[in-house]
Amino acid sequence: MENLASTVTEMQYAMDTFYFLVCGALVMWMAAGFAMLEAGLVRSKNTTEILTKNIALFAISCTMYMLCGYAIMYPDLGSAFLTGITSDGTAGGDTYAPSADFFFQVVFVATAMSIVSGAVAERMKLWAFLAFAVVMTGFIYPMEGNWTWGGDSVFGLFAFNDITNDADEVIMSGFGFSDFAGSGIVHMAGAAAALAGVLLLGARKGKYGKNGEVNAIPGANLPMATLGTFILWLGWFGFNGGSVLALASVESANAVAVVFMNTNAAAAGGLIGALLLARILFKKADLTMALNGALAGLVAITAGPDTPTALSATLIGFVGGLIVVISILSLDKLKIDDPVGAISVHGVVGLFGVMVVPFTNDGASYLGQFLGALTIFVWVFVASLATWAIIKAVMGIRVSAEEEYEGVDIAECGMEAYPEFTNK
Amino acid sequence: MKLVTAIIKPFKLDDVREALSEIGVQGITVTEVKGFGRQKGHTELYRGAEYVVDFLPKVKVEVAIGTDLLDQVIESITNAANTGKIGDGKIFVSPLEQVIRIRTGETGTDAV
Repeated sequence: MENLASTVTEMQYAMDTFYFLVCGALVMWMAAGFAMLEAGLVRSKNTTEILTKNIALFAISCTMYMLCGYAIMYPDLGSAFLTGITSDGTAGGDTYAPSADFFFQVVFVATAMSIVSGAVAERMKLWAFLAFAVVMTGFIYPMEGNWTWGGDSVFGLFAFNDITNDADEVIMSGFGFSDFAGSGIVHMAGAAAALAGVLLLGARKGKYGKNGEVNAIPGANLPMATLGTFILWLGWFGFNGGSVLALASVESANAVAVVFMNTNAAAAGGLIGALLLARILFKKADLTMALNGALAGLVAITAGPDTPTALSATLIGFVGGLIVVISILSLDKLKIDDPVGAISVHGVVGLFGVMVVPFTNDGASYLGQFLGALTIFVWVFVASLATWAIIKAVMGIRVSAEEEYEGVDIAECGMEAYPEFTNK
Repeated sequence: MKLVTAIIKPFKLDDVREALSEIGVQGITVTEVKGFGRQKGHTELYRGAEYVVDFLPKVKVEVAIGTDLLDQVIESITNAANTGKIGDGKIFVSPLEQVIRIRTGETGTDAV
């Protein structure tokens, strides 16, 4: 009997580890989604550069999180250079391999950083962006990740959730914050960093006229943007589904299935919401708004995909889809230029996702959610603003007006994305 | 001999080609062009912001014919390309001094 019990435990360990790794790979694939979405929504003269940013930021995220990010976020699980990671997780009572946990966490960092690249597209210097990626993925994101998923206090001042000692006594009580897969921790954090960058960077030349008019700068390749959205939609099953952290029991298998169902429902609701609102406002079915709507639905459900019914999830996504259209139009009125709508999709709707959790989850409070979101936003925004400002002073963050006109592909990468057919 | 140059709406190209074939025109030259007339440009919408397209895509059809066919060609093109809406295009007729078929060296109406 003892043998059988040990075999079952080993099977569970193997299955949970396998599930974790597959979900991590799905989230890794979201980097491809962001790359295609952003490449589709910029002009063709800026395609090579945005692709370079997307794939380089992924590599930088993985490297910085290995060097120090994981150790900052989870000091109990690993130290710098991952030396604390053991090969066997059963010792710590986990049901999956510790390196699988690192792999799953590291692709989330890359997701947060991917959000930034779209918002600053078509005008930011490549190397200034990559320098920021080093700080964001090695320090800024891991710090707030430590306070939330890592479970530590915010500079010893206050805590998101109750902190207990080894004897299970509460040594610091928190305000209670629930963010299942990271509407706030990942998406709003990425958007806060993007907003700080955009404010220091300014709008693309020609986006806003002298008399306050908003000029359209159409994206070069909508098939690519649509493919990118589909890839993100697929990857999100790993993002939310993997955040259940386990599969190998009836209870967790059920939880995973609910999360998949709700994630999909919210994306569908978001797309419908944005498509309908765009049709009503503009008299046309604006595809780019519909794509943003699907992503908004996904961001909206990410903070709590485990508790709603499928209908509630659809409605949460639907409202997210409405919010994103209004937010994109409002940011343009404020002359905050975001070529792909990243700040609206991930920031504004990310906040909505955090705030809507208590609607279906009795364990969360509106006050706790608000204080948590506020803390994350203030930290990431202020730390990012300081980082962008230092980079701006040292090397500059914006390309010259001539380079912007000619396209950053040639200025930064020396090659065009479509050398046989370019449209400046 | 005459050179007939017609600027038409792109989606009418097939109709015009068929109509010209029916009356015995042996060849045409087609170019994709852009421009504006009384239709001017038009505005399009992207993410809630309008932008103006100044030059609209049109198709230029060139037909070289003997003078005897001129009235029929003009009538065919006019009928085939007409939608009754602004932006249907124009037909320009100009005299043609000489036509030479490169392969055989034939000239004049034999070559059109």
